Amino acid sequence: MASVCFYFQVHQPYRLRNYTIFDEDAVYFDGLKNEQVCKKVSEKCYMPSNLLLLDLIHKYAGRFKIAFSITGVLLEQLQRYAPHVLSTFKMLSDTGCVEFLGETYYHSLSSLYSQEEFFKQVEIHRRTIQSVFGLMPRIFRNTELIYNNHLATLIERIGGFDAILAEGADHILGYRSPNFIYRPPNTNKLKLLLKNYRLSDDIAFRFSNRNWSEWPVTADKFASWINAAGNSQSVVNLFLDYETLGEHQWQDTGIFEFMRHLPDEILKNPANDFKTPSEVVASYSSVDVVDVPYTVSWADIERDLSAWMGNRMQENALNELYKLEEKVKKANDKGVIDDWRKLQTSDHFYYMCTKYFADGDVHKYFNPYDSPYDAYINFMNVLDNLSSRCRSTITHQYRDRHIVPNENKEPAHNLQVPQESCEELYK
Amino acid sequence: MLGWEFPPVITGGLGMACYGLTKAMAHLGVHITFVLPKLSAGESTGHVRKTSTQGEIKIEELSKFENVTFRTIASTLKPYVSAGSKSASQRRKENLIAVWRYRGSKEFNNYGENIYQEVYRYAAKAAEIASVENFDIVHAHDWMTFPAGLTIAKASAKPLIVHIHSTEFDRSGEHVNQTIYDIEREGMHKANKVIAVSNYTKSIIVSRYGISPEKVEVVYNAIEPNNHSDSQLGQSLPDKTERVVLFLGRLTMQKGPEYFLAAAKKVLEKVENVKFIMVGTGDMMHRAIEMAAWMGIGHKVLFTGFLQGADVSKIYRMADIYVMPSVSEPFGIASLEALSHQVPVLISKHSGAAEVLTHALKVDFWDINQMANKIIAVLKHGALKTSLQENGYREISKFRWEDSAAKVINIYEQTLALSPYPAEKGSF
Repeated sequence: MASVCFYFQVHQPYRLRNYTIFDEDAVYFDGLKNEQVCKKVSEKCYMPSNLLLLDLIHKYAGRFKIAFSITGVLLEQLQRYAPHVLSTFKMLSDTGCVEFLGETYYHSLSSLYSQEEFFKQVEIHRRTIQSVFGLMPRIFRNTELIYNNHLATLIERIGGFDAILAEGADHILGYRSPNFIYRPPNTNKLKLLLKNYRLSDDIAFRFSNRNWSEWPVTADKFASWINAAGNSQSVVNLFLDYETLGEHQWQDTGIFEFMRHLPDEILKNPANDFKTPSEVVASYSSVDVVDVPYTVSWADIERDLSAWMGNRMQENALNELYKLEEKVKKANDKGVIDDWRKLQTSDHFYYMCTKYFADGDVHKYFNPYDSPYDAYINFMNVLDNLSSRCRSTITHQYRDRHIVPNENKEPAHNLQVPQESCEELYK
Repeated sequence: MLGWEFPPVITGGLGMACYGLTKAMAHLGVHITFVLPKLSAGESTGHVRKTSTQGEIKIEELSKFENVTFRTIASTLKPYVSAGSKSASQRRKENLIAVWRYRGSKEFNNYGENIYQEVYRYAAKAAEIASVENFDIVHAHDWMTFPAGLTIAKASAKPLIVHIHSTEFDRSGEHVNQTIYDIEREGMHKANKVIAVSNYTKSIIVSRYGISPEKVEVVYNAIEPNNHSDSQLGQSLPDKTERVVLFLGRLTMQKGPEYFLAAAKKVLEKVENVKFIMVGTGDMMHRAIEMAAWMGIGHKVLFTGFLQGADVSKIYRMADIYVMPSVSEPFGIASLEALSHQVPVLISKHSGAAEVLTHALKVDFWDINQMANKIIAVLKHGALKTSLQENGYREISKFRWEDSAAKVINIYEQTLALSPYPAEKGSF
């Protein structure tokens, strides 16, 4: 018996267009491809899943609860390409059974490279979520569940967050169970919710694997694992990519039917319930400190940073990108800053991963490139152009003395939410 | 085995492949009689030497070739004629007639004089040799040996395997030489099995020659493990800051030299201190030189002519990137060679190598913009160059001749099992 805490990550990057060294315009992103992907994922995953979850929430009248973390770059794209999906997210938010988490607006690795930039992106995201859904995020989850002790101190310094989500990796927990609440060292109030990766991955990765001894996983079988998961102080954190529903696991695997029946099976045991992360934090106190001096994430079997920073090309691209920070901010050009931030989205570096490339496990989902080398070349060409735009903008400012660079000015961004008044967001 | 060229006298991948495969198969215990056109005295350098006047040669490195007997046929044959061997007036005439049109198909001038006579004379002589040799299977490499293979297979009632290292469509595009096509087609149809060096080639065999896919087996080429010591690495041009982009292959339509030059022109728009070295010879050599001059990049493009042995290694060690812009490349063994010298490679998507290499840059041969884009990226970004070098070098260790040889032996065994004339095991 346990509390079940569902959190779904909802994100799509702005994929780059094919950009050679001979291109000179500042159109970096592949509008057509991004629109196609956004519409396809909306149709196969976001829309049917949202409607299913709405159904379940109404059916169980407050007993079924979930949390989402939606990136700013996806909200922008939904706004543009699939506004009906955005409306259903708002309907979910209106039920009161859905919590929205905080993260970086751009799904970036900024926590590892620039504290100033990280703070800014968390803030932009927090204000966006508040403006779109009317809810202030109280729980933080970093890009790809990247986490270490330092991140906890950064989040405490930002303030306004009660807990952080992280991967319940064996190498940070040792013999301890992920089904309890922990706390980071050297912080005052923050709690840690750790992903139960076995049960989460049973759904995310193994669900349709016919070679797996437990296949097929039915809702009652899964509920029996939840029942066996602990005592009355336990919480099972099921952290998944939202695209698991309908995209990573296609509809014909039975994933939607599984989700439809899961609440029923879990709630059959009166000792079980569903909680949002904030409710978990309010209900249970932390049992121990978890020390994470080395960074963990939820990616690959290594559960470290090697998916984004594991080879020379990735390191080089990231270093060059963040080296531009000062120049970009000096240029003080809305377009330049926004493009620079969209380039920070972690997916660009994920595409450059060579870890499993030769084995055919092309790194992998919606990857627009044939090879990690192509991903790197394309990215560096764009970065080269962005860098030259900074130079020309700065030169331009120097000529027109009346334009004074203002580093404190908040860059406006593109998300425009209809009907709601969200002007304050862009101030 | 019926072959056309063998190291050290080679013009390209065919000789390298025959050498690597024969050596590995012999090592696995297969007895091979290798019949090939006789080397002229001046060409028998390296570790091959003639040991008798009856046309039999032996290899000094006996341990590697203990199961192989070489039988040669005196011949003036050379698979391809180099640009230099034509008379100046002939060249001028050709250039005047058709500067950019490939015209090999009508005049056969990709090959030596009287190539057909030689091919059929080779067939007759090879049949003579076969009549006194013991063997269980006939294995013919490329079209020049197919008439010989068919003759021997028929006379001895042994199964025939034809091994396709390149087709007439690779060499000549759509302007195929009908006679050669007919020889290739007949060989493939009458053979018990066809071996293709890639799926790319297999698809040509199936679609252009009407062979059933089940009859065609793919056996990839490989590369000898290299033994370049580190001290040999890092050759450079006199000006050490100068970067080198390398083309290495016959200068023929098939290899796409003009796309290389067009990309060079584009690269030079963005990068200055770079030289383009074109190694090889062929019927497009003179036009390539003229094209470089005409585009105003003549001072940036160096033509070395045909190189072999140590010179090839040296040139690889100078290179920052090897480009193989082939219009149609059955395999492209040179790309493996480049990687074995830790040179990053940019290869045509229309190649067998593109199927098997993951740590290589790939491009459509006609996409000059992308070709230049990727060349510049390697010249500009050390992280990219190093990654391609290290990962590519590691990757080619997968391509071992022993594995290719084992696959060929397996094909032999299957063929013999189906053949009405069962063989004694272990002696092909």
